[in-house]
Formats: sequence, structure tokens, C-alpha cells
Amino acid sequence: MEFNSGDTAWVLASTALVMFMTPGLALFYGGMVRSKNVLSMLMNNVFCLGLVSILWAVVVYSLAFAGTGKWIGNFDFFGLKDVVDTFPPGLALTIPPLLFMAYQMMFAVITPALISGAVADRMKYGAWVLFITIWVVVCYAPVAHWVFAPAGWLFRRGALDFAGGTVVHINAGIAALAVVLVLGKRRGWPNHPMPPHSLPFTMIGAGILWFGWFGFNAGSALAGNGVAAQALVNTHLAAAAAMLGWLVAERLKSGHATTLGAASGLVAGLVAITPCAGFVGGMAPLYIGAVAGVLCYLAVSLKFRFGYDDSLDVIGVHLVGGIVGSLLLGFFADSAINEVVTDEGVFLGGGTDLLVDQIVAVVATIVFTFVLTYLIVFILDKVMPGGIRVSEEDEEIGLDQTQHAETGYALERV
Amino acid sequence: MKLIVGIIKPFKLDDVKDAVKDLGVQGLTVSDVQGFGRQRGHTEVYRGAEYEIDFVPKVRVEVLVDDGDVDRVAQRLVETARTGKIGDGKVWVVPVEAAWRIRTGETGSDAL
Repeated sequence: MEFNSGDTAWVLASTALVMFMTPGLALFYGGMVRSKNVLSMLMNNVFCLGLVSILWAVVVYSLAFAGTGKWIGNFDFFGLKDVVDTFPPGLALTIPPLLFMAYQMMFAVITPALISGAVADRMKYGAWVLFITIWVVVCYAPVAHWVFAPAGWLFRRGALDFAGGTVVHINAGIAALAVVLVLGKRRGWPNHPMPPHSLPFTMIGAGILWFGWFGFNAGSALAGNGVAAQALVNTHLAAAAAMLGWLVAERLKSGHATTLGAASGLVAGLVAITPCAGFVGGMAPLYIGAVAGVLCYLAVSLKFRFGYDDSLDVIGVHLVGGIVGSLLLGFFADSAINEVVTDEGVFLGGGTDLLVDQIVAVVATIVFTFVLTYLIVFILDKVMPGGIRVSEEDEEIGLDQTQHAETGYALERV
Repeated sequence: MKLIVGIIKPFKLDDVKDAVKDLGVQGLTVSDVQGFGRQRGHTEVYRGAEYEIDFVPKVRVEVLVDDGDVDRVAQRLVETARTGKIGDGKVWVVPVEAAWRIRTGETGSDAL
């Protein structure tokens, strides 16, 4: 097989960049919870690197990318069989197929980790482990197959998703909604204050996410070329615009520009640009980012209105940001940026064909994952002794102590 | 013997410590506390949600003194810790029945 060393080197680096986003996400979320639960949040994230990597290599890569089925893959690549020298059907890449598998693995790892933000402070660790094991197979693999595999029905329809606006963000976001509806609210929410215990952690995490996202988006060009460069620029500009959008909205509505707002805003922009990254150009990332920053800021207060405890705003940022980006792609997609774009966006004179495909992809992902995730947690809650939620007493004491027998900050001990 | 307790603003600690040392007092215990008196708390905002934080960080200073030294040490503490703004804190005196120096076993005033 002939590989392009530049393309391969870039995707190798991107694989490492995306891997780094999982500990980055752990810090981003970890800083936002109360100190008695910091380890639990870090653990829920970092454990995905352990568990999901293994699941991916053994079976989930195959289910996502093997075969020519429209709805799901098959077991051709079970146990990495043939992966060294066989591409997923329809993909003719200039990088080693094994690298493609490894790069995609990092996406599969971080997607369930995203959900952890919604279940903060109250889910049993064992329930979390069981949940993500099932979810990655039942919800991640199919949606990844539909959108990323050339055989998948959404790919065939012409829906565009450069790096995973649907597969990662909408998928995790809507799953989070299903889980919190079964899990219930934290004790004392929303009346007792539960402010972040370490915004320095959160800021470090946000910085790592922005850095890693260059690998997430620009790496999805699967080549070291102009599209990758465009994706990198779009990623950066969208984060910048979204940060400002969120801060302006926040300053106007509640009187201060906050560090949490800056961190949240930039992430919202990165989420929104994810599906668009290699398909748009010019000033589009600024518009997409700004819209995402403002809309996600407004969206995080929906939980108070509707009474669901999405503790760290996975729904407000990832579901809403993912929808914003996936739909705006229907407006801004530009074939001059990427020849893969056959139906231009509305603003580029292409009419509504692409927009309709995007709507179909968004709705399909939402309905499929919401229903299946709800079923998974509903059944787990009935089947596990005591349910998926910790006891009231354990919730008061804190998860670090009760789930992991550890203390995050043993500062008073010498 | 008496225990003088002061709840003061944290940034006043260095001034208070220096003043108390100048008076010849040999020892001091300091702890980080939080509380409120007439000084209200404050509001913090996280992602649009407002939190009323009632407690304010303070420092608790404790000094063991002989009965004869109470007035001048307490007065000095009050003067040094004062800023004139709300939240300056309070000083009070607690009677102490007995005290020991751990290293030597000395009791009473010899323990101070």
C-alpha cells in the first residue's frame, strides 16, 4: 500500500491531540463540580480511555466501519482482523488503515465522556461503567456508521459532518438528556448553591480542549492539505467568536463577563464548527461561532425552566451547539472550499437540498439516540440493586469517598 | 488566665500579629474561618445562575494571657484590626480554668 507521509504524520499527531482532549475534558468538568466529587468526575472521563479503547479495538470499530450495510457495520474487523491492510469499504485514504482506526478510536472515547458532565454528583460508578459499555455499542457505533462510513445511509444521502457534530456532540447531548430524565435532580438542586470548586481546572481544561480540537477538526481532513488548514482556521475563529458572543450576552444579561463564560463560550464555538470545519470558509466561522456562543448561553438556562438537572450543561452546549453547527452548515457549505460539497449551502446559492439533508441527520440522531439511551438507563435502573443513583447519604458524603474510597484534596492532613 | 479571641479581616492578620508580638505576647493561634455578622455576603454568578454566598472568609486569632494583661492586649488587637468599614469583626474574652505547657508540664501563668 502507498501512503503519503505528510498526511500520515499529521493524522498521527491528530490522534494524539484528540486523545489529550479526554483528560482536558476531565479537568474542564472536574473544576465545575464540588470538591467532594472531583475525583468521580475525573474518573468518569479518564476511565473511558481505558474501557472504550478496548471496546473499540475489539468490536466497536468493526460495527462502525466494516461491511456495506446502511444501518450498521459487521464483524469483519472484529479483533482488528485485516485492519492493518484493509480500509473500510469506500474509503481510499493516503494514511494507513490502522491509523484511521486509531484516530477514530479517540472520538469514540471522548463521546461517552461528554455525557459524564450531565450525571455529576449522583450516579453510581458501576452504573456509569455498564452504561457506557452498552451505549458505545448501541448508540455510538450505529450513528458513526450512518455518518462517517461511506456505506452509511446518511453519508449516502449527502448529509455532511466533517468531524462529528452529529456523531459526537448531538449524540452525547441528547443521550445526556435521556440519562438525566431517569437519574433525577441532585439533592438540593436548584435551591442550594453548588458553585464550581476550581475554575482554574476548568480554564486549563478549556485550553487543552481548544488545542486538541485542532486535531479533532483539522485532523478529520485525513490529510495534510488545504482543507486541513481551512479546518484549523475555522476551528480557531469559531472558538474566538463564540467566546466573545457568550461574554457579550452574559455581560448584558447578568452584568459580568466571567471566566466560566469565556471557557463555556469557546467550547460552544468549537462544538458548532465541528460539523462545518472543512466545508466552510471566509467569515463563516465567525458567524457560526458567534451564533453558537449566544444561543448556547441562552440555552443553559432552559434546564431551570423545564426542571431537568443537566449539571454541567452537556445539553446546553453540546446538543444545542451541535444542532446549530449542523444546521448552519446547510447555509454556509462551500464547494470552493471542499470539492466534497456537491450541494452548496443556502447562502452560497445552493438552495435547500443540503439543509434538508442536515435536518434529516440531526433529527435521526436525536430520535434514535434519545429512545435507545432512555431504554438503556431505564432498564439499568430497574435491574441494578438500588438503581443507578447513589443513596441519599452517599450523595451527601460525596462520590469520591463513597464510590472510590478517596479524597481529592487531603489538605488538612500533613 | 484568659483567652482573647478575635475574628478579624484576613488581610489584617500581619498587622495584628506584629502588634501582639510588640506587646511581649509569646504565642498566638490562627485559623481560617468563615462567618457573617452585620456584613452581608455577596452574589456570585455561574452560567447565568446567581448564588447568594452568605459567609465571608475571616481569620480567628486566639491568645492566652494573664488576667493583668487582658485589657491592653485586647485593646491593641481591636485598634490594629480596625479599618472603619463594615465587617471588621469582634474581639471577646473567655475565662480559662487551667493551662499546661506540654514540653515541661508547667501550669498556670508559667504555661503562658
